[in-house]
Amino acid sequence: MNNTLAFVSVGLMAGGIFLAFLRLLVGKTGPDRAVALDTITLISTNLLVFIALFEERSMLMDVAIVYSVLSFLGVLALARYLDGGLR
Amino acid sequence: MIDNIGMFFIGVGLAFDVLGCLGLVRLPDVYNRLQSATKCVTLGTCSILFGVFLASGGFTETGVKALITIVFLVLTSPVSAHAISRGAHRSGIRLWEKSVVDSYAEDNEGEA
Repeated sequence: MNNTLAFVSVGLMAGGIFLAFLRLLVGKTGPDRAVALDTITLISTNLLVFIALFEERSMLMDVAIVYSVLSFLGVLALARYLDGGLR
Repeated sequence: MIDNIGMFFIGVGLAFDVLGCLGLVRLPDVYNRLQSATKCVTLGTCSILFGVFLASGGFTETGVKALITIVFLVLTSPVSAHAISRGAHRSGIRLWEKSVVDSYAEDNEGEA
């Protein structure tokens, strides 16, 4: 629960989100962007859990669970769209 | 002591997360990118959550919710990765030209 350690960890996660965001911008195809979006939501879940640990607010864990559920549903809808439209 | 073990798990998870994102930028193909994005980042996230479970002192409110999130992620992340790769293949995105085998296309030759 060292302050420097939390700072370095959040910096590393921000670097990961930056790399995935680069892929989201460059893209080229639709599935590339879907994969990048999935990665960004997973790492944001990590960030929420981290804040819940270091600030000792367990309410943020609920937010993380609901966020991962919503990202799962969103990615399934995107994949259904790639599969040939929503039928 | 148990705090330090939790910090070790969190460090391993961070390394997996960052390397998975690096692979997302570096690899040549949608299907290759799915490998790094799904496997590395899911394992890294689960490792960070397990580290949070240990570092928050076992079965506290935060720790139990971390365990529930691990179970949910392990169940859903492969499903979403499979859905994306199936959708990409059926919407006609080619493999990288140096890829060796395409079993999904071979299996569906007779039907479509």
